[in-house]
Amino acid sequence: METTVVKSNFKSEEYFINMGPQHPATHGVLRLLLTIDGEIIKRVEPDLGYIHRSIEKMCERDSYQQIVHLTDRMDYLSSHINNEAVCLTVENALQLEMPERVKVIRTILSELTRIASHTLWWGVMGMDVGALTTYFYGFRDRELINDIFEETCGARLTMNYNIPGGLMFDIHPNFVKRTKDFITHFKTKLPEYDTLLTGNVIFQKRTKGVGILTKEDAISFGASGPVGRASGYSCDVRKHHPYSAYDRVTFNEALKTEGDTFARYQVRIQEMWESISIIEQLIDNIPEGDVQVATNAVIKLPKGEYYQKVETARGELGVYVISTGTKNPYRVKFRSPGFSNLSLLNHIAVGGKIGDLVASMATLDLVIPDIDR
Amino acid sequence: MTNEALQNLINTWIPDLEFSEEGSQFLNVTVTPENLHQLMIELKKNKETSFDLLFCLSGVDWQPELGVVYHLESTTHRHIIVVKVKTADRENPALDSVCDIWRTAEFHEREVFDFFGIKFNNHPNLKRLFLTDEWEGFPLRKDYEDEINMVIK
Repeated sequence: METTVVKSNFKSEEYFINMGPQHPATHGVLRLLLTIDGEIIKRVEPDLGYIHRSIEKMCERDSYQQIVHLTDRMDYLSSHINNEAVCLTVENALQLEMPERVKVIRTILSELTRIASHTLWWGVMGMDVGALTTYFYGFRDRELINDIFEETCGARLTMNYNIPGGLMFDIHPNFVKRTKDFITHFKTKLPEYDTLLTGNVIFQKRTKGVGILTKEDAISFGASGPVGRASGYSCDVRKHHPYSAYDRVTFNEALKTEGDTFARYQVRIQEMWESISIIEQLIDNIPEGDVQVATNAVIKLPKGEYYQKVETARGELGVYVISTGTKNPYRVKFRSPGFSNLSLLNHIAVGGKIGDLVASMATLDLVIPDIDR
Repeated sequence: MTNEALQNLINTWIPDLEFSEEGSQFLNVTVTPENLHQLMIELKKNKETSFDLLFCLSGVDWQPELGVVYHLESTTHRHIIVVKVKTADRENPALDSVCDIWRTAEFHEREVFDFFGIKFNNHPNLKRLFLTDEWEGFPLRKDYEDEINMVIK
């Protein structure tokens, strides 16, 4: 038989395309410019600034009490932990020792915030890879935590419950019971997450071996939180620089070595179990005592520089304050976890397909106001 | 490594550096723009220091100088150092980029360029990160004024 060679005029050509709307973050606040050749990604360039409010400049004009209120507009899913970061900076600078009650309540609320953030992430993660059911399961459980927050401080999202010097007011009488009820409920629901999504063959094929980040790259890119830990890089601030009540609870740092999208997924699921364990260790033993330490109405930090890091649901948040001794800071810098995590997106996406980018972007768990600030 | 040991070791690489622990919980070292890149490479490469994590990079307007503060940590030794670099040139400030040492610096340096107007030599993609290319001035400088958008000057 004769074989004929068909001459083709098809040319391979690189071109630009705008990513999304896919992930909730790409509905207007984050623009990703993709350079692609066919369906292979050659380059990902984020275009930022759509929700930039110059919070760092606003801080230079505000008092320290006011700054706290700006921080939960950054990473609104870790609002309580963001507030805590600024409060800890001020308290450490003034050398105020917090009552035990404050430390324990802050830690419990931080862990509830982490669970709320991770359940939302889990819902969105499933939705991104085509499993719409997860979205409703995730939001169902998150709603219960938001109800606890609402009863505690009146707000469901931007909590502002922390103030420099303690808590705004004491916890609601129902707090302990409702938190325990939630934990009991959530312990039966979290295994459902695994049966619904983790074990799903299609899901595993979409995520295993996709978007691999090595440990060296994770450190070089300043990755933190679950993104860094999935690459085997031990970076939990709660372990390495404990604050509030983290020094008195036992928990495991969720570590994986694969560094792929599935590992980042597993780390977050593991973290929810650890958060449950931390809350269980503290909820029955909330010490009695004051919830505030008296501070001056006008807080002035001594001249100097202060740095405080905390572990938000997304990773390491750093607050760097330069004070000249006046009532306003001279310079405030927020080192946000999402900013560093976004910078490695190009690195893990190049060479993969557009569908892989959707999956790996979902496990970076980006919150754009946190990046734009 | 203790702060004192760090200080002694770094002094053997580059003499006459200014060290300070006053008003800060970390060891601070101030370096001239000419020596910046050499010091940073040593801090990362040297086995005893091995500062492999740049966890924070901030621009600061000290008036009249502009500068950058680098927070470095070693993930093996768990010690921390703060490197500061200042330049008196406000018209055309330029510093060496550290992108080739820590890849996270690429985005952070673009942010500093955007807000403080400090140029970074050898940066692969130096352009504004958050603001539009047409934006005039650098908002986080202390002498920045915007008649429309700033409520309190």
